Amino acid sequence: MTSEGDGGVSIAASAAEATDGVERGAERDRSRAVSRLQEAIDEAKAEGRAALVAYLPVGYPDVDASIAAMVAAVEGGADVVEVGVPYSDPGMDGPVIQQAVDPAVRAGVGMRDVLRAVEAVAAAGATAVVMSYWNPIERYGVDRFAADLAAAGGAGAITPDLIPDEAAAWLAASEAHDLDRVFLVAPSSTDARLAATARACRGFVYAASTMGVTGTRAAVGDAAEELVARTRAVTDVPVCVGLGVSNGDQAAEVAGFADGVIVGSAYVRELLEGRGADGVRRLSEDLAAGVRRPVAAQ
Amino acid sequence: MTTSAVHPPEERLEPAQPSWPDATGHFGVFGGRFVPEALVAALDELTEAYRAMRADPAFIEEFAALHRDYTGRPSPITEVPRFAEHAGGARVWLKREDLNHTGSHKINNVLGQALLTKRIGKQRVIAETGAGQHGVATATAAALMGLSCTIYMGEEDTRRQALNVARMRLLGAEVVPVTTGSRTLKDAINEAFRDWVTNVGTTNYVFGTVAGPHPFPEMVRDFQRVIGDEARAQVLERTGRLPDAVLACVGGGSNAIGIFTAFVPDDGVRLIGLEAGGDGVGTGRHAASITGGTPGVLHGARSYLLQDENGQTTESHSISAGLDYPGVGPEHSHLHDIGRAEYRPVTDAEAMEAFALLCRTEGIIPAIESAHALAGVVKLGQELAGRAGDEPPLLLVNLSGRGDKDVETASRWFGLGDREHVEPGAGMDTDQQPTEGAVTSGDAVAGQDAGESA
Repeated sequence: MTSEGDGGVSIAASAAEATDGVERGAERDRSRAVSRLQEAIDEAKAEGRAALVAYLPVGYPDVDASIAAMVAAVEGGADVVEVGVPYSDPGMDGPVIQQAVDPAVRAGVGMRDVLRAVEAVAAAGATAVVMSYWNPIERYGVDRFAADLAAAGGAGAITPDLIPDEAAAWLAASEAHDLDRVFLVAPSSTDARLAATARACRGFVYAASTMGVTGTRAAVGDAAEELVARTRAVTDVPVCVGLGVSNGDQAAEVAGFADGVIVGSAYVRELLEGRGADGVRRLSEDLAAGVRRPVAAQ
Repeated sequence: MTTSAVHPPEERLEPAQPSWPDATGHFGVFGGRFVPEALVAALDELTEAYRAMRADPAFIEEFAALHRDYTGRPSPITEVPRFAEHAGGARVWLKREDLNHTGSHKINNVLGQALLTKRIGKQRVIAETGAGQHGVATATAAALMGLSCTIYMGEEDTRRQALNVARMRLLGAEVVPVTTGSRTLKDAINEAFRDWVTNVGTTNYVFGTVAGPHPFPEMVRDFQRVIGDEARAQVLERTGRLPDAVLACVGGGSNAIGIFTAFVPDDGVRLIGLEAGGDGVGTGRHAASITGGTPGVLHGARSYLLQDENGQTTESHSISAGLDYPGVGPEHSHLHDIGRAEYRPVTDAEAMEAFALLCRTEGIIPAIESAHALAGVVKLGQELAGRAGDEPPLLLVNLSGRGDKDVETASRWFGLGDREHVEPGAGMDTDQQPTEGAVTSGDAVAGQDAGESA
């Protein structure tokens, strides 16, 4: 049965197995025991603010321009960049991201381009984390992906359609290559699933604040704050909030209760509407100011 | 196996239940759940409610009554000797799902899922549709049970299947043309998932085939297995033996799983799925996910699919809108990998030839989807014709739907009707050329003009 309890047990079991397997492998390299993503978020916290996490897909309008936009996001103040892997069937994304990703898919943008973007973001001084639907990673090869991502200086990966229940290969590969792995929680997640999913995460937990697809929204809503509180109750891993934030004021609001503020569609819109890397930099500056003036939680 | 082997009739008190999927929806390495976390609670709710419902005598009785009084079950089996003359002299029986209310097997599943929707207290259903048959069936069940209904359909398909769009609207459903991606069935599924994740509190997703995340492959199979449960008993009763082979077309694969399931434990019965070979698997323009694809993850499950080296789903091509899908249900992938079922491609031209043959020899206009299975019967019958044996082979084929919806496509293919005013039919691109000489049977429509008419 797929009851909550059983699901939780099986997640925990596979995560534990993966960890066991790696504890042996980790003997050779204890120098990077700390998660890169957690480090980035901790640094922001030390400054009394939330971290700013920017999403941009590789390949829109083309690979070089998308990399330039990611670097501009960093220059404007993003602490972490989610390097998006274009995918033909982005079931969790709204129209804005679909519109940008579609030409990238058609242009044949692949993991080689993604790894180049990862290197560029790392060189610009931010933490790079890949954001990918599962099939492109599985097709590339899970172990090969983990090895190449680590070599490129990436922190890890966010997998929006991979739940820990199905993630045995990724749990093992990410442990073996000392990579972070970020899974999502949602307002509809039961407490048992929240706990199990958070246990499988390393770096941060991605709180998908609203029930729905990616896209900017007029209001972030109470659901996000409640979800963060429920997640915090079951884990010490940082919690970042995504889905719906588009400006500095909303970022300030989310920064009042979350460890990190994730912004995607608003960045992509800068590119779709032709404002290019300059637009991305300005948006980053607005958002970076927002995460530095958190609105106190109610 | 010899073609003359007489399989002893076997009495079964209870239908045999396959040992798969496991508790979390895996068929061997296939299946599972590759979905956003936001959908997990809804999938768990569906799983729990479905398991409770299928053991509930009140549901079993209501479902059986709907089958009998509304759909018109059991559907008959029909022997087609004039058609069978073209199949090496095999005995060929059709399972007549084309005679169901709404015109295909899709209604079997939809009635089950609509009852489940009511049981979990939701008032709205959504569904994807390619050719429109599942959309029409869902709109029908929604009207019957007083549910609000939204159907997602690729913009290309709404144009190619205007008749079914009109049927859905007459039945009170909202039809949303999907303009993202390739604007076909796979994009309609993406859009339906986006609706579901946004409105999951009020809305149930009535999935149309044995694909998608757990529990859909298992649940849809269970709702469709009535096809094979009936057919197995009917063939035994009429012929005193089991068939040598059971054949069905495979897109997502629900009609095939429906007729296969009862026969899976019958080792002597070959199970053959016919995939849409389009212009030929070698051309790259096809929809044969198992024959011409590789394992991967699409629409919530691991299965065979058509993909490129970057893991991007590639576009499928088939004259049949209902088979024009780049994936396949995970149970088929499993049956393929364990060697229990065989999967073969059938080209557009072969399917249309079989389509014409059944029309002219038996007075039955099949759905173009089902014509793929008929083409497989012709080929298999001819392969088996040379084998030693006292008795002709017995072939059972699922005639999953009727061809009313395909009249325009067929007219265009065969060069019938008003050529100035015929829209391209399902699966036919504006630049696609029908194969010359597709209709080769002397009984069938002359096809010599087909090349000029496209």
